[in-house]
Amino acid sequence: MWRAFVVPALLLAALEAWARTVGAASDALAPPSAAVLALARAATNGSLWTATAFTLGSAAAGLAIGFALGVLAGCALGLSRRAAAFAFAGVEVLRPVPSVALIPLAMLVFGFGVRMELAVVAFATFWPVLVLAQAAVRQVEPQLLEVARALQLGRAATLRAIVLPAMVPRLFVALRLAVAIALVVAVTVEIAANPHGMGYELMTAQQSLDPALMLGWLGWIGLLGWGINAAALALQHHVARRMGAAA
Amino acid sequence: MTNVLRGAAGLALLAALWWAASHGGWVSRVFLPTPEATLASLAEGLREGELAAFTAATVQRMLLGWGLACVAGVALGAAIGLSDTARAWLLPTLEFIRPLPASAVMPLAIAIFGLSPAMVLAVVAFGAMWPVLLGTVHGLVSVHPRLREVAAALEMPRLAFVWKIGLPNALPDIGAGARLALTVALIVSVVGEMIASQPGLGQAILLAARAFRASELFAGIALLGAVGFVSNALLAWGERRLMPWQRPSS
Repeated sequence: MWRAFVVPALLLAALEAWARTVGAASDALAPPSAAVLALARAATNGSLWTATAFTLGSAAAGLAIGFALGVLAGCALGLSRRAAAFAFAGVEVLRPVPSVALIPLAMLVFGFGVRMELAVVAFATFWPVLVLAQAAVRQVEPQLLEVARALQLGRAATLRAIVLPAMVPRLFVALRLAVAIALVVAVTVEIAANPHGMGYELMTAQQSLDPALMLGWLGWIGLLGWGINAAALALQHHVARRMGAAA
Repeated sequence: MTNVLRGAAGLALLAALWWAASHGGWVSRVFLPTPEATLASLAEGLREGELAAFTAATVQRMLLGWGLACVAGVALGAAIGLSDTARAWLLPTLEFIRPLPASAVMPLAIAIFGLSPAMVLAVVAFGAMWPVLLGTVHGLVSVHPRLREVAAALEMPRLAFVWKIGLPNALPDIGAGARLALTVALIVSVVGEMIASQPGLGQAILLAARAFRASELFAGIALLGAVGFVSNALLAWGERRLMPWQRPSS
């Protein structure tokens, strides 16, 4: 376990030593200790919290929309072969559009702010969730569906009582993937265009030649991303264990 | 066959909706150009060569970055996957860096390398490397113990083990990683063009949006979609050719 921390510690120590001696005049890199101090200053003046709240908030809102729509569409396409055939070509044409290509469009439609960011996040998370949800419906035990037929359940009742519960573990796999995507896309939107949030703070720190603050933000974004991904993975495993592992 | 027809019908319905929404004034033309205007912009841009050159620049950046990512990812992944020691010391660090958005590394790369095409390429390769690297590690670690014993019994040198047993075993994982890496490479290329003002589709669509030229914006988005579609389809085809025993999970 302790070995996990040796390499990062060595790297940080090397950077610290380099930045304090040879690279003391560098505009690009700063000692990690200075980065931590810069981040602490950002925490005391509040910019750390507002930017973090903005990024996480719009990522979560976009994720909620993209995930909900993706699950709905995935269920519809998974339950009806005919609907799936109709939608197949359209999905395959729209899905490969890189999410970042929508940044300029979202900018044009919504202007800068929360709405453009959550629109891009929702688009980016919608497609993988749609594909995974559709696959999850297809992989529901056929015997369960036969039970539903034998009980003469209607479509809505089948969906609610049989299909959705059987999908849950796989939906959490999709959720874990979508969480990772949402976070990356939100930060990317801020770096490329949206003048709010952590990505923008990172960009501003670089442009004002403040490498300590820039590295501080980079480390903070990395730490948050790692923590959130780890939490999502733990949630997925927890659900899989509770529901009887399917994933 | 009916399924193909249905797919075409669905696609036609989508186009009809677009046509109706833009012509019927449901959505402002500022945001949603008509399909005809988009096609005209696309044709003009491709004929006069500007859009074609941008597309070529973006595709080149994506492919170069992806190629670098694949080479570096397989080499590093093989080195790490082969040795338990390297895994214990390095893998946690790599797992920590992996969720970091590649675009977040871009400001750091700009600070170090400046606004150059090489900087964008380096970030593209960095971002796209992770799925290949982790796929290679996973593929090497999951070599069946029996095969390891065979290699030990044959007194195979390490390099031969990697080449004859390890990498073939990891090929499906590497293939899946490479497909994901190509998607990442396209995304990071576009972002790089947007913030480092390198010529390419990313810059083109950003400028089109700033000038409220919606039809050019849509033409650029359509081209990016086509690049993503074609590259993914080619790679899936290549995977099937290379590994006929393996049905790639889409």
